[in-house]
Amino acid sequence: MAEKPKVSIGSVDAMGATAAPPRTSEWRRFARIFFGRKLYLIGFIIVAIIVLTAIFAQVIAPYDPIENDLDHRLQPPSADHWLGTDQLGRDMLSRIIYGAQISLLIGFSAVFASAIIGALMGLAAAHYGGWVFTVIMRLTDVLMSLPSIILMMLIAGMLKGGGIWIVVFALGFGSIPGMARMMCGQALSVKQNDYIMAARAVGMSNWRIMLTQIFPNAFPPLIVGLTMGIGGVVMGEAGLSFLGIGVQAPTPSWGNMVMDGQRFLMTNPLLSLIPGVAIMLLVFGFNMVGDGIRDAIDPRLRGVL
Amino acid sequence: MALLDVQDLKTYFHTEYGLVKAADGVSFHINQGEIVGLVGESGCGKSVSILSVMQLITSPPGEKAGGKVIFEGKDLLKYQPNGPEMRALRGSKITMIFQEPMTSLNPVLTIERQLTETLELHLDMDKAAARERAIELLKMVGVPDAAKRIDDYPHMFSGGMRQRVMIAMAISCNPMIIFADEPTTAVDVTTQAQLLELMKDLVTRLDTSLVIVTHNLGVVARYAQRIYVMYAGRIIESGPAESIFAQPKHPYTIGLLNSVPKLGERHGERKLIPIYGLPPNLINMPPTCAFLPRCTAKIGRCAKEPWPELRSVGKDHYISCYVDIKGK
Amino acid sequence: MKTSTNDMIMEVKNLKMYFPITRGLLRRKIGDVRAVDDISFEIRKHETLGLVGESGCGKTTTGRCILRLYQPTDGSIIFTGVDISKVPERKIIEHRRDMGVIFQDPFGSLNPRQSAGSIVGDPLKVHRMATGKALKDRVTELFKIVGLDPSMMDRVPHEFSGGQRQRIGIARALACNPSLIVCDEPISALDVSIQAQIINLLEELQQKLGLTYLFIAHDLAVVQHISDRVAVMYLGRIMELTDSSELYENPLHPYTKALLSAIPIPDPVAERTRMRIVLKGEVPSPVNPPPGCHFHPRCSLAIAECSQMRPPLRDVGNGHYVACIRV
Repeated sequence: MAEKPKVSIGSVDAMGATAAPPRTSEWRRFARIFFGRKLYLIGFIIVAIIVLTAIFAQVIAPYDPIENDLDHRLQPPSADHWLGTDQLGRDMLSRIIYGAQISLLIGFSAVFASAIIGALMGLAAAHYGGWVFTVIMRLTDVLMSLPSIILMMLIAGMLKGGGIWIVVFALGFGSIPGMARMMCGQALSVKQNDYIMAARAVGMSNWRIMLTQIFPNAFPPLIVGLTMGIGGVVMGEAGLSFLGIGVQAPTPSWGNMVMDGQRFLMTNPLLSLIPGVAIMLLVFGFNMVGDGIRDAIDPRLRGVL
Repeated sequence: MALLDVQDLKTYFHTEYGLVKAADGVSFHINQGEIVGLVGESGCGKSVSILSVMQLITSPPGEKAGGKVIFEGKDLLKYQPNGPEMRALRGSKITMIFQEPMTSLNPVLTIERQLTETLELHLDMDKAAARERAIELLKMVGVPDAAKRIDDYPHMFSGGMRQRVMIAMAISCNPMIIFADEPTTAVDVTTQAQLLELMKDLVTRLDTSLVIVTHNLGVVARYAQRIYVMYAGRIIESGPAESIFAQPKHPYTIGLLNSVPKLGERHGERKLIPIYGLPPNLINMPPTCAFLPRCTAKIGRCAKEPWPELRSVGKDHYISCYVDIKGK
Repeated sequence: MKTSTNDMIMEVKNLKMYFPITRGLLRRKIGDVRAVDDISFEIRKHETLGLVGESGCGKTTTGRCILRLYQPTDGSIIFTGVDISKVPERKIIEHRRDMGVIFQDPFGSLNPRQSAGSIVGDPLKVHRMATGKALKDRVTELFKIVGLDPSMMDRVPHEFSGGQRQRIGIARALACNPSLIVCDEPISALDVSIQAQIINLLEELQQKLGLTYLFIAHDLAVVQHISDRVAVMYLGRIMELTDSSELYENPLHPYTKALLSAIPIPDPVAERTRMRIVLKGEVPSPVNPPPGCHFHPRCSLAIAECSQMRPPLRDVGNGHYVACIRV
């Protein structure tokens, strides 16, 4: 540290220093915005209920979800079976509760994995430019030009479908190119800002600029994409189940429950409707939570909210 | 009789954070063939005022909260914002030039299409006549090679040329009043000089009134005959250009003039005197004078009484201030 | 007014910055944007050198070359005895410590997700000049120097007003005690009533800290107010370079005259008698500049020779340099 005499510039202090008004803590501010809007709050409650259900499935489910009871098949809702039973006499409520576990597990892990890989690819493309950019972007073009269902079938088929992790892999793989493109686009637009130039002028290394300047600004807009991705993956799993390459019976997932039930659509519509509504709530809930988080961590909304 | 008489115009915005009185009792008038300057910093309500006169404020969040705009004996604020009466006036008798010509010209239409549209609409011209007139207009505003360039798209023009096209559009129907909202803020000084000289020549030739809305004191000093100075949604000083600049009476106007460097001052000759503090946040303003927190001339009365009405301090010279300041 | 090399902090010689224009997949070069086209000047210790011109004249590019944010195409930039235009990229960090920069846009030049204190502390961390308590103390001191309340250190840029944000930018530029600060349009994005606060702050800091400024701006009135000497640029070249009062009282280059006359002054009485030169046409493209003197197609004094050779920037006495053969 250089020994500069302490300078105090009186007139400057007098004209520039504005007294700091009181300031609320980070968490309070986050909470105020996040819980301040009804829709975000509703979304949060839905997600919380689904997550808690999944965690405590073993405790709250009244029946074994895979135990057949052929004497009580296709029953309407009753005091014993709140949501009725399916074609094999299994309790629908218990299957929905256990299904939450499987569906969330698949949703979270597929999105999480694809987000990490996609974000790294996108950042690398934006950072290095040149041929790295060209190769990564053309690769994502190719992947995106294949209909995602065909891509998933290919992967699931090649790996002899069945296990949950293969479903996760198939679904996650399909989300990588979208993620990479979003990340790359964001990073490139962030790179245009003067503060990146300022960081270079200060003498920061490229990696440091990447980590402390570009990433923190490029990532938050993707949160909405991520949370929406969870809903998308749960629906994608339903699609795979329909083709018989999703989560295999008798393990319940919301996706394969919709597909199992569709044979009875005319006679017992509840079999498909119940898991369908569950998926819908999950997608809605996560979308709202994503919007809420994005707003709550946006520094641009500070001072006004 | 003034050509346009704006009386006690109020435009409020209802925002999530509170009520913003963007224009709060603005009164001004424009005479035939006159160049008037409306000066103030960003957010002072100068643009909102003229957009309100044109009824171009979107509602909600905007609200016509009161006032009158008398033009040809009728109160324009009585008309529906998008009613037939307003549409007949806008673009023909009263026109506007905006700051950013790139966003105010439609990028997918040729210059011809944009110029002839108003001609066909307001003057009932047929296609051929409108094109002829459009070329003539482009020549008037100094677009070289007008007959060829009329078929180009806006992005093929430079910033200065686009602003010339905007001027051509504004004069196309022989307007009585042109509002120019920061017309030269987006261009360089030499282009600014070209454009302003052009506008001045045109309004003299066409005997049109011109209102220049700007934050640049030099521009109004050079071109305007009368000046209105705005602060926080109100007119705080008005008068002939000579007296405003030679004997400014409102502490804000004085402060503004003292804070800008003047061309030709020797380096180190004069220290600038800044206006302390920040421009006001217009949300939920107190009833007292909005300049009070930054004012160096304030007296006891200022904090107790509401914002003063305009009062006369010389020939046609008005200020909204309780304090009498002698000299400059 | 000849100055010895000891009084100089920076000497720029024959600086050229061409940006290639490429086309197609193979990035074939099809031309150059000649943003800076062979300019030379020096900056003296403790002075403010103003660099003025209209958009696209190359003033910002010049500033960025000096900071080595761009690798110049040609020429040399001698700063504290070293030609920094030749220093390899990974070594340049050692020289950046002695240079600061203030940007135009107080909104865009600060990372919105970083606290003000951390932004100001960044240069100190990068150059390993302070850590822990020493870092915090220095940042507090810097906040005070630029007139900000140190208790606002934890806030993010969006919680500050435009003028306060520019102060954060100034504090960052001062962090490592640089000897030279490049001010790139530091006030043009601010409200009129705030501009004077920042100009005065810059002037006071210069006096107290003995700084040298390269002050880049398009507003000649501001440049003239703050600068000891002013260089006028047009289309990548310096047209005239002289003392700031000399520039106003005795402008020699036809472009300088036009520029001066184009600036309206806030005095209606004086305005009525001022000479007005309205230039014809527009600034040509730097991709395809006119031959000879870049200004000749718009110049009222131009003769045939003006389009044939580039006029050198020559001294016409008392350190008044002008690039025009008709003077």
